Parts: sequence; structure tokens; C-alpha cells
Amino acid sequence: MKRILGRIAQTLVTLIGVSFLTFCLTYLAPGDPAMMLLEASDTIVSQETIDKTRHELGLDRPFLVQYASWVGGVVTGDMGISYSAKKPVTTKLLEGFAGTLCLAFVSIAFMLILSLPLGIWSATHRNRWPDYLVRIFSFVGVSMPTFWIGLLFLYVFGLKLGLFPIASSSVTAKGIVLPAATLAIYMSSKYMRQVRTVVLEELHQDYVVGARARGLSERRILWFHIMPNAVLPLITLLGMSIGWLLGGVAVIEMVFSWPGIGNTAVHAILMRDYPLIEGFVLWVAIIYTLINLLVDLSYAKFDPRLGKGGRA
Amino acid sequence: MKFFAVFRENKLFGLYTVLVLLVLFVAIFGGALAPQDPYVGNMKQVFQSPSAEHLLGTDKLGRDTLSRIICGTQVSLFMTICVVALMSILGAVIGIASGYFGGRIEMVLMRIADMMLSFPGVVLAIAIAGILGGNVINTIAALFVVGWAKYARLVRSLVIKIRQQDYIAAARLSGTKTHRILLRHILPNVLPIIVITGAMDIGTMMMEIAGLSFLGFGAQPPTPEWGLMLNEGRQYIQTAPWLMVYPGIAIFLVVAIFNLWGDSLRDVLDPRKDG
Repeated sequence: MKRILGRIAQTLVTLIGVSFLTFCLTYLAPGDPAMMLLEASDTIVSQETIDKTRHELGLDRPFLVQYASWVGGVVTGDMGISYSAKKPVTTKLLEGFAGTLCLAFVSIAFMLILSLPLGIWSATHRNRWPDYLVRIFSFVGVSMPTFWIGLLFLYVFGLKLGLFPIASSSVTAKGIVLPAATLAIYMSSKYMRQVRTVVLEELHQDYVVGARARGLSERRILWFHIMPNAVLPLITLLGMSIGWLLGGVAVIEMVFSWPGIGNTAVHAILMRDYPLIEGFVLWVAIIYTLINLLVDLSYAKFDPRLGKGGRA
Repeated sequence: MKFFAVFRENKLFGLYTVLVLLVLFVAIFGGALAPQDPYVGNMKQVFQSPSAEHLLGTDKLGRDTLSRIICGTQVSLFMTICVVALMSILGAVIGIASGYFGGRIEMVLMRIADMMLSFPGVVLAIAIAGILGGNVINTIAALFVVGWAKYARLVRSLVIKIRQQDYIAAARLSGTKTHRILLRHILPNVLPIIVITGAMDIGTMMMEIAGLSFLGFGAQPPTPEWGLMLNEGRQYIQTAPWLMVYPGIAIFLVVAIFNLWGDSLRDVLDPRKDG
């Protein structure tokens, strides 16, 4: 219990620190958002209107006052109004989040379908050709930039073969395949190695030898004895991946014009839409730390040794 | 000759080192190796597909893709080495200071490091580089701000372990000055780990730099940077696919070379760990 409280305190410090840092940056950044706003709406810009807009947006107040009032808003669920969309930041973030959430889950599913069997195959055929094949695949995957894999997929499956749309302005089943596959390939190259390592470790445990001696089939040992143990070390990694995906993988969303939160963020930065940028960074921080917290708690649940004040 | 013995015993490491030196050679002498000027285009020759004259085709301004890729090596490598060097050196200094002295400022720095580590760095790097405005210096700064924490944490944990060793106590008792202890006893013990971590980070950093440039928050046109070239090529994917294929191959090859080199360097410097 004490450990959990400590974690929550640390999470709060992280959130405050990260949001403060972003706030400082937007304050120091070149370019005046009031000016950008006015230029975007095609009005004739005089110094007087700029000053008036600055006042309306609260940009003429001292820095700390601005930060304090922003934090006050966030606590009550109000992250301010996006300059470029003229909508509440919360609405904009939720709009993007729907797309990102779909993409995250489909790509995790693809990744598991790809990396679990291949990782196991590689472990059970250690130092034979399936193992080498899987290792080469994972090395190549780690060394390729994700957005380049995305571009190649777009070119081959979207343009040449015409199987999938090349851009999706809304969330569709067909449009999700290519971006999810790209992310899955990238993640798989890391997961396959992990699965391989974990399964190899478990293969040499006494209980496996015991199960073999009792005459259980290899397949039964693998799925009913090894897998439950092998899954545990993967949970931490999975938690980090989900956090990373839910932050919106901006490059991939951009390549496929996927309507997700990463795309929203890139546009916000280009438009100097400071409330939206601040909201986005805070959002990612919340999601990421929350998932880490859940992973920690789930460990105690899945691994009884940790829960009873054992190793922890 | 101990130096050459290392290569004789680790043939693969030798091979990868040669490849890394080759990349460095291209980076340094790229300007002389490139068949054409990477900045000067010929408007009569826009979007030419690969041919004998332009081996990898030309872009929207009629610039030679091959020349731009060759000269891009310097940009990418310079940025990457700056980021990795800054991160590892400053991270190590902070790590050693907080591990050995453990004062109040060091505690604050460690809290900040924890904060950085409990947050996806890429998101913050995008925000920093994007808000400050994309250019080479801001990209380096953004990745450094995000990356130093890992090194500081790592080095700190090592130094805390070393500090308790008997030989450090002996050095202290015999009146060795603090800076000598740090330089003679602590640093040589943490250096291999710092070098290994740094070497293994080169590939990752190179990809993140390319990613930032691809988003438009890194190097700006007309710089021949690979990520930026991919972004420019993306718009002409239908008519000029070579523009998005070859810069990607360049990133892949160089990242792969550095990843292989980093892995084998770890095996050479840290034989306890087997791969």
C-alpha cells in the first residue's frame, strides 16, 4: 500500500514537471499565437487588435499566473480552447484519441499474432534455420525507420496493388490495415527476440524436464506449461508499447493521414496552437504513467511472490 | 600489439569497424565523392528516373538524388554524434557527481531524470523541436534534453556500487585527492559501460533524428538530410518512387552497420554478457 502511494506521488511529480516544462517552452517559443490566430482568420491586423486578442487569451499576464490558471482549469477538466480549431482542447484530444485507440489495439493484435508463434518457433529451433530467419527478420526490422516501412507499404499495397486506401480521413476497417501492420512489424522485431529469450529460459527449467518425463506432448508443455510463465516478463514491455502507441505515433499517423492524436499534435505544433500542445503532452504523460502504474499492480496480481511482500 | 589483437580475435568486430570507418569516410569526404552538387538543381531535369547520368534519379528541383544521399551522411552522422556525445558525457558527469557526492542539487537532478524516464521521450522531443522551430541545433537539443537521464541513472547506479569497494576506501585513507579518485578509479570502471551504451544508441538516435526531420521538425530544406528527403519524396510517391526508396535504404544501411558494430563492441568490451 505504501509502495502504491509512493508511486502515485511520483506520478503527480512527473505530470507537474512535464506540463511545466512544456508551458515554459511555449512561453519562450518564437512566434506570437495571437498574431497567428488573427492571420489565420484573415482579419486586418493592427497592433490594437493584437493587444486586444492577447488580452482575451490571457497572454499578457505574468508567466506563473498563466500556468496556475491553466493548472486550475485542468483539474476541473478544462484544458482551454484550441486556437486553431476554436474548440475545447479536451474535445479535440478525444476526437483524435478514438483513432489512436483503434490503431493501438489492432496493431498490438497484429504484433502478437506475428511475434508469439515466430518467437516460439525460433526458440524451439535454436541455431537452426528457423531461428536464423527470425533473427535476421528482427534485426532488419529494428534497423528500419518505421515511417519508411510505412511508405514502402503505402507504395506496394496502396498504389501498386491497390488493395488498401492510401489515406484515411476517417477510421475505417480497410484503412487501419496498413498503419497497424507497419507498427506491428516494427514492434514484432523487438518482441520476437523477447519471446525467444523468455521461452529459451523456461525450456531449461526443471518443471519442463519433469513434464517431459511424465510423457506429456511437446505441444502441451509449450502451451500449457511454458506460455503462462513466459507471458509475465512480456507484460512490462506490453505496457510500455501501449503507452507509446496511445501517445499517438505521429510519424505513422502522418504517413497514412490517419486521424489520430499524433496527427492532431503535429498540426497543433505547426499552427502554434499552444493550449492544444500543452493538452497533448499532459495527456500523453497521464496515459503513460497510468499504464505503468497498472503494469506494476498487475505484476503483484499475476505473480503471487511479489504481492505478499516477498521480493518487492 | 594489443590493439590489433582485439581485431584478430574478433573478426566480426573488425569487419564492422571497417564498415563504420567507411561510413565515416563518406561523411567526411562526401562533398568530394558526390558526382554532382547536392544543392544545385537543373530545372530541365526534374523527376528523372534513375539513369546512367543520374544513378538514383533526380528530385523536384532536378537535384541528383545520389549526391544528396552521399552528402546527407555528413548531416545525419554529425547530428547523431553530437546527440550521443552530449548525452553520454553530461549524463556521465551528472551520474558520477550524484553517485559519489550525492548532494542536494544532484538529488534534484535525479528526480528530474526519473521524470524524464517515466515519459515517452519521443513525444517530448517532438514538442521541444517543434515549438522551438525546426533546425539542426534545436533537434540536437531536444534529443539531448530527453536522452541524458538514461545515462545519468546508469552511471549513478554503477558509481554507488564502486564507491563501496575497498580500493576506494584505501585510496581515500592514503590521502588521494578526490579528483584523482574520480579520474583514476571511478571513471575507468564506468567508461566501458558508457561507451557500450553510447555505441548502441547511435542507430536509435539516427532514426529518431530522421523521424523528426520527416515530420518537419528537424533539418530544414534545402539541407540534404535523409528524413527530410523522405518527407519531400512522400509527396511524389506516385510519379517518382525512387525519391522515397533510396534515402530510406541509406538510413537502413547506416543504422544497421552501427547496430551491428554496437552489439559486437559490447561483446568485446564486456565479455561477461553473452548475446
